[in-house]
Formats: sequence, structure tokens, C-alpha cells
Amino acid sequence: MENIKTALYNLHQKHGAKFVPFAGYQMPIQYSKGIIEEHKSTRENAGIFDVSHMGQLFIKGDDTLAKNLERIFPAELSNAKLNQSKYSFLMNEEAGIYDDLIITKVEGGFNIVLNAVCKNTDFKLLSKLLEDKYEMILSEELSLIAIQGPKAVQILEKIINGVSDLKFMNGDTFNYHEENIYITRSGYTGEDGFEISIKNDAAEVFVQKLIDEGASLIGLGARDTLRLEAGLCLYGHDMDINKSPVEANLKWAISKNRILEGGFIGCEKIKSQIENGVSKIRVGIKPEGRIIAREKTLIFSEDDKNIGEITSGTFGPSVQAPVAMGYVENSFSKIDTKVFLEVRGKKYPAIISNLPFYKKSYVKGVSK
Amino acid sequence: MSEVKYSKEHEWIKLDGDTAVIGITQHATEMLGDIVFVELPEIGSSVAKDGNAGVVESTKAASDIYTPVSGKIIENNQAIVDDPAKVNNDPENEAWFFKLKITDKSEMDSLMNKEEYEKFLKESGS
Repeated sequence: MENIKTALYNLHQKHGAKFVPFAGYQMPIQYSKGIIEEHKSTRENAGIFDVSHMGQLFIKGDDTLAKNLERIFPAELSNAKLNQSKYSFLMNEEAGIYDDLIITKVEGGFNIVLNAVCKNTDFKLLSKLLEDKYEMILSEELSLIAIQGPKAVQILEKIINGVSDLKFMNGDTFNYHEENIYITRSGYTGEDGFEISIKNDAAEVFVQKLIDEGASLIGLGARDTLRLEAGLCLYGHDMDINKSPVEANLKWAISKNRILEGGFIGCEKIKSQIENGVSKIRVGIKPEGRIIAREKTLIFSEDDKNIGEITSGTFGPSVQAPVAMGYVENSFSKIDTKVFLEVRGKKYPAIISNLPFYKKSYVKGVSK
Repeated sequence: MSEVKYSKEHEWIKLDGDTAVIGITQHATEMLGDIVFVELPEIGSSVAKDGNAGVVESTKAASDIYTPVSGKIIENNQAIVDDPAKVNNDPENEAWFFKLKITDKSEMDSLMNKEEYEKFLKESGS
């Protein structure tokens, strides 16, 4: 089957994109300037990401919908305010993660942003779990554009008045060229930023405006180094069906009230893992020196016992050092624990590290 | 000094007497992207033609470096280990990888000259 091209394909090409197949899409991995430049320009200025491959699902429903969604997701949705977003998980009974997603309460229902590789199976599973009671639309008409970085807000504000008033993990509908577009303040780079849901036929002109205002296009390569420095998980690598949110060290994303009240899929397992602990857990790992530990690199204890495996690793352009995440036996998860990573047959020292690796330095009151 | 020769694995080699300087081509760096890690063969170690002689890693992936000729490593370029970005900036001069004492000069014969290498790049569509 041929890979799908997003509405921005021609624009990517114009900017010297190298394409790779990703989740059935033809996506830019980098542009002519390269991953490190793209990474830095996001941290210092503003980067534009075409994330149109991600699923944009709208579920239409009345008051019963929130309650029914709470039987699936471990998030507080009944009391969610209009335009409020929640990070959550679609799990099985064993609390294994099918997908991690963002749920936003909107007029007349909920919007859910799904990972590209998971979106079709998520759709089927959700239809089944909701017993086809609600109208569900997995959009093919909408593009999703992220703009991230310290200058994202001022650039986007020039094009769409009022976005600077949005709070983190909140969205709203804005008027753009007589059309309604939906924007949330969110992202996946460790930077301030926005995700803009816009009709395919308006996407290219819109992105060109962002470029004209000083933002630059960023490919999947830099998206990966940015999210890894920010300690954020990539589905299919740092989390999957064999790992629970507690093991993935994402217990903060599960509402305490929902755990008390119960009634969502995987609840019993989550409860028991929180009470009794887990045998393996996701940690940050900092190799000493410059050695890069990629996915599947084995992790050893000081007495040479295999205690886990790296799930993503790269060189962090902003921290100027290699960074990695992986799962280790719980007793080795304490910060500063010394471990060894087996790379090309040799063992290299590393330490268990706090996440994120990169923390935004405080920016003093920027005037509008 | 003899002319620069090229391998199909995108290494360049310059022979002076029986000492060869080896590095990777501009084209190789363009394919690899930003280089962030370099591992070089140890001084005194022996390497065999087309055998493994180091590793470069970009932000994306790790790639092996091969030696186009056999020999004994006499020098390696620590400057690119300390600052791998040098490889992207000047791969065919300052950012050489290692020097070796060549075992068999006739191994040079099978390598391409600049013209042949450029033709090879075009034909392989890369």
C-alpha cells in the first residue's frame, strides 16, 4: 500500500525534506538544515511540526458520554470544563497501554488525539467499548500542525488573535479566514506551544504564514530528540501493551479520584501496582562520556546482572550529551544509581537520572 | 602524494609512501546527517580490507566505518572524537579518521578515482 501524503507534502518537499515511511504516512524526517539545527531552532525560536498523521477523533454525545468514557479512561471527564484537555491512556484489563492520548472536552462531545500507529485500532476498540452508541468521526479532512518554542506564542498571535490567552492544556475555537479552527496550548517538546487543527485545504497557506513570521519546519528526527530531552514517552518504544502507566512512571496522569472511585478498564491492576509497587519501571539514563545507547541496549548492574533495557536513546543537542530512557528492575531505579550499558559488545558506565534531561529556564515576563 | 581514491562504502583514502590517511566522504556525511559520536580503531590494531574500523553515530542511527585497505593503525584523529561535528564540517580534510601502515598496496587498485566515484554516486542514484 502506498504511503499517505499529508496536505503539507509539497511544502515539505520545497524545504528540502528527506521523507521516511512512518505509520503508513510519508513523513519528513528532516529538512535541509539537519536535525541539530532544527532542534536548536525549536528551543531558541519556534518550530513547526506536521503531525497530521495523528488521529483526530471527535465523539459526539450528550451527558452520558462523559460517564461512559470514564468507564474506559482513568481521567476525570464528567467534571472537565469546556475546552479542557487531559492526558490519558487506552488500556486493557491488565493496564497494558494500547495508546496514550489527549482528550479535550468540546462543544457537543470530546476530541481525542491519537497516535498515528494506533488510530485505526483505537477507533474500532472505542466503538466497541461505547457499543456504537455515539457518533464517532476519525477525521480525514483535518490537518494537525504544532508550533513549539519560546517564540511560538508571539508568532501564532500575529496570525490568530487571542491565542496568547490560552492556558496550558486548554483549547478554544478561533476564527481564521471565516473558518472555525480549533487550537490547544500543548505539545510534546518540553516547550510552550500550540496544536492547531485546520482543514487540509487551508493548511499549506497557514503554515507558510508561520514560516513568514519566523518559525521553521521541523522533522520527525528533531521531534524525537526534543521529546526525549523533555523525558516524554514515544508510543511503541517507551510504552506499549506490555507496560502499564505505573510502570511507565506516568502515574501522575491517572486521577487519584478515579482510582478511589474505580470503574475504568485496568483499574484493579493500577490499584494493585500503586499499593504493592512494580517490578520494573521507566527511568532516565545518562551515559557517561559520549556513548549513545539506542533502543534495545541491555542495562546491567554493577555486579553484571541484566536489570533492564533501553527503550529510546540519542544524543541530546541542547544538553550536549547522550540521553536515554529505559526500564530497570525497581530496586535499581533510584536517581544516581550506577549502571552499565552494553553497546557493541562493550559495557559503558551510566547513571539513573532525573527526567526531564532538559528543563526550560525561567523566562521573565515577556510583554505582548 | 598519490591521488585520492574512494570506496563503495564512501570512504576516501590518500596514500603517501606506505602510510594511508582514511576518512569518510562528503556524500557519506550528507547521508548520515549530523554526526554526534565517533569511535576509532585503536593505535596498533590491525584492520583488514573491508573490515570494521570504527563507528559513527548520527542523531538518527549508528553506522559502521570500514577500511578500504588492510594495515596497522598508526594514528587516529582524537579531534573528531572530542568534536564529532567536525566530520560534517570538513570530512575530506581536517576530519580524517585514522592513518594506517598499508599491508598490500595493490589493494588500492580496486578503488575508484574521483571521477569514477562521482559516476558511481550518480549511478547508484544516491
